[in-house]
Amino acid sequence: MQIIPKKEKQKWIVFIVSILIFIVAFILSISLGQRQIAFSTTLDAIFYYDETVTEHIIVVTSRLTRAVIATVIGTSLAIAGAMMQALTRNPLAAPDIFGINAGAIFFIVLAITLFSVDSLVHYMWIAFIGAAIAALCVYFLGTVGTGGLSPIRVVLSGAAVSALFVSFTQALLVVDEQRIQSILFWLAGSVAGRSMDMLLPILPFILGGGLLSLLLGGSINVFLSGEDVATGLGQKIALLKILIGVVVVLLAGGSVAIGGSIGFIGLIVPHIVRGLVGPDYRWIIPVSAFIGAGLLLLADVVARFLIMPQEVPVGVMTALIGTPFFIYIARRGLS
Amino acid sequence: MKQIIDSFYQKKIWVYVLLCFLLLIVTIMSLSIGSSYIPILELLKHLVGLSDGQHEFTINVLRLPRLLLAFFVGASLSVSGLILQSIIRNPLASPDIIGITAGGSVGAMLFIVYIMGSISIHWLPLAAILGATCVAIIVYGLAWSNGVTPLRLVLIGIGVSAAMNAVITLLIVVSETSVTTKAYLWLTGSLYGATVQDVYGLLPWVLCFIPLTFLLAKTISVLELGDSLATSLGVNVQVFRFTLLFVSVALAGSAVAFAGGIGFIGLIAPHIAKKLVGYTLHSLVPIAALVGGLMVMIADLIARTAFLPLDLPAGVFTAGVGAPFFIYLLYKNRHI
Repeated sequence: MQIIPKKEKQKWIVFIVSILIFIVAFILSISLGQRQIAFSTTLDAIFYYDETVTEHIIVVTSRLTRAVIATVIGTSLAIAGAMMQALTRNPLAAPDIFGINAGAIFFIVLAITLFSVDSLVHYMWIAFIGAAIAALCVYFLGTVGTGGLSPIRVVLSGAAVSALFVSFTQALLVVDEQRIQSILFWLAGSVAGRSMDMLLPILPFILGGGLLSLLLGGSINVFLSGEDVATGLGQKIALLKILIGVVVVLLAGGSVAIGGSIGFIGLIVPHIVRGLVGPDYRWIIPVSAFIGAGLLLLADVVARFLIMPQEVPVGVMTALIGTPFFIYIARRGLS
Repeated sequence: MKQIIDSFYQKKIWVYVLLCFLLLIVTIMSLSIGSSYIPILELLKHLVGLSDGQHEFTINVLRLPRLLLAFFVGASLSVSGLILQSIIRNPLASPDIIGITAGGSVGAMLFIVYIMGSISIHWLPLAAILGATCVAIIVYGLAWSNGVTPLRLVLIGIGVSAAMNAVITLLIVVSETSVTTKAYLWLTGSLYGATVQDVYGLLPWVLCFIPLTFLLAKTISVLELGDSLATSLGVNVQVFRFTLLFVSVALAGSAVAFAGGIGFIGLIAPHIAKKLVGYTLHSLVPIAALVGGLMVMIADLIARTAFLPLDLPAGVFTAGVGAPFFIYLLYKNRHI
């Protein structure tokens, strides 16, 4: 009985540290950029906004928006990844690896090129549908056969589904050459150049998904102790799986609709967090949310400076950071 | 008579006959169908040199080089995949899935974006092969831990592909607009705008490495029996495997250099070839080359003509067929 409070204390420390990391990353994100702006000016811009000062406008309209969007996307992807890893019991599960991002993007590009859809609310619904279809594809592909969802099979199915959707997306873009430039940066995954108006319609869904995930933490713990045990304890497994699926589709689809394909956040963050707080999903989900936001904010800050004066799309940054991690998990998890 | 029929079936001559027949049909269709239709009679007249030269440009400059390039690219990718599947001993291996094609694309993109102005485009295949080789070595090295298990190789290949695709995206974003569209079209795997120079550029690689594979085929079969048995039969396994890997990478890399990432050919074509002639690698090499070439030719024919006036990348159609096939393979090998 003495061990538990001690662990509990450690978890609280991790939780608070993760919040601090997030806050520091957020402040860095709004104060650093191509144009050097003194930190005091940044604070002034937020608390005493004066629209005649150029710096204030930059901070509020460009950087603050960007930081808020990075926060939302980072949080969503990290939680989605954690939920997928629980649902599939697969350490390599993440929205991008399972082809969910590629599915959502294909359907958005389809809607843009063929049906000239251009309102963000529509993008959002289309992204949800696309994400759901891709997720279902992979889930069914991964479950056929005897062994249930074998990690390798799901990853391979995901790779195949991704390849399919990416190639169809490319076909659509080749047909519509004028749009490549505008869509490309978004395809690569970016949090820049979005306005608050784009975020607002999606926010309720993402918040809903996030809250639902927090409520599911305890049930996931029971679920992870084995489906037999969970059934024995009276858990409705089918319902839980559907709810997890809904959370994943809302969070992953929503973040693709805003930021395009940003990979590896959903893969890396839950692993780091599991190392810090253990396997308890009541802790993993909130801590993942803050670490995910912090990581994406930091990646975005680095992306601004790497090849000045241009910017690296943040999706490229996360892929470059994430690949070594993926390889590490692949080597460790399967040996 | 019975003897002849028997040997006809045993030696699988009918497969060659069938494939050559298909090749002929697809060739005629590809040369005659397009934005301007050339009747078959006119086409034949032109081919034997009896026409007045009114289709000279369409056939000799536009369609024939494209057709030849499609065939050679398909043959290279297919043989490359065949070698990989043998040395990795995994039916799921192919140059695009383990990241070799992506590496070739990075090499070629670097060349297009940074070097092309100063050096002749003839060096493009070398850049692509260099990129493909680097990635192959990285993937193989990272998958190494007391030997390479096929599944680890495939998983790490998927991871490395993701990184390579990120690098490609980065290169596209930093490059100028004029390069972007071209690069994007090329990346999808397109034979659009193939020229005679392209055919001559790819030809040496194909003529060098596919016959080499054919000559090495017997030893590859020995290697498939397992490392220890192969060693006891006098094969220097490590050196031989590395040589084969290089041949496979060179074939895939040079194909990528000229036609971009035409996906899934290296995966499907060897499987179809195995269905046709069984597992004797000796006869598999030419059959796989024929099948791969035919597939890209057909894919390009459809891509070029199905949505006229649009000229879509052939890679879209190979992926459309290949991804479901890959999933079928996963399903079939579900107990492994």
